[in-house]
Amino acid sequence: MTIPLDWYLTLGFFLFSIGVGGVLVRRNIIMVLLSIELILNSANITFVAYSNYHQSISGQMMVFFILTMAAAEVALGLALVIALYRVRSTLNVDEINMLRW
Amino acid sequence: MTAQLLFFYFGGMTVAGAIVAVSSPNLVYSALALLLTFIHIAGIYILLNAEFIAAVQIIVYAGAILVLYLFVLMLFNPKQERLYLHKQYKVGIFLAVVVMSLMVFSGYKTEILGVGGPVTVESVRAMGHTRVIGNALYTDYIFPFEIASLILLVAMFGAILLAGRGQRRIKGPAGRVDLSQRDEATKVLVRP
Repeated sequence: MTIPLDWYLTLGFFLFSIGVGGVLVRRNIIMVLLSIELILNSANITFVAYSNYHQSISGQMMVFFILTMAAAEVALGLALVIALYRVRSTLNVDEINMLRW
Repeated sequence: MTAQLLFFYFGGMTVAGAIVAVSSPNLVYSALALLLTFIHIAGIYILLNAEFIAAVQIIVYAGAILVLYLFVLMLFNPKQERLYLHKQYKVGIFLAVVVMSLMVFSGYKTEILGVGGPVTVESVRAMGHTRVIGNALYTDYIFPFEIASLILLVAMFGAILLAGRGQRRIKGPAGRVDLSQRDEATKVLVRP
């Protein structure tokens, strides 16, 4: 193996912190959900890298369950965004600050 | 050497796509940059000898999840927003850089301790990656697999309930549901 493990880990860390920065910085709630996808992908990269270097299949199984969770999260999150837009007609996370109205 | 060059290409394009996705004011550009990121992550998986996961990454992430995002974006008629960042975005960038430097510092020169498992590259090549995945998924991981199917079912019901109900209620006169405007299949979804 010519590529050391910490290269893959560093790539995962870069992707994770870009996702965290997206969640903290963007105002559009769809962009917040999209940044969470980046965070989940960084976890996937780390799992597959450890799975390969540890010669075990368990990490790749975790990727499947993370992927299932990501699909469910996207479906529910975007449905919530649509329902929210019908009531409030805004997507700005700064303006969504009440539990009921 | 070739593997390292490929790693730099895939990793660089992944990070570049992610940065464009997070920082672009246009939402459609963001989604398409995310598509770039997902496809190059599939390349990273191929470098890690996980071909089946690479295929699943392209099919599910680039094919299903991203198309869902694009549908919703088109629904909201995205226009270029003038103020698309928080007022305190510098604090957010600073926190992200702190998180990144801490993680890179802790993960630098990581080494695998202990003996490796039975799934070596040669055994996976002899059996085929899909078969190895299937063997593990349907024997050792059958219970999490069933839970995952249940999660998908609940997510489907939740998405239909959350996104499908409001419009029909608004159509009816004065809070009552207009019975003529719904079909029989969705009757259960409308609150009387």
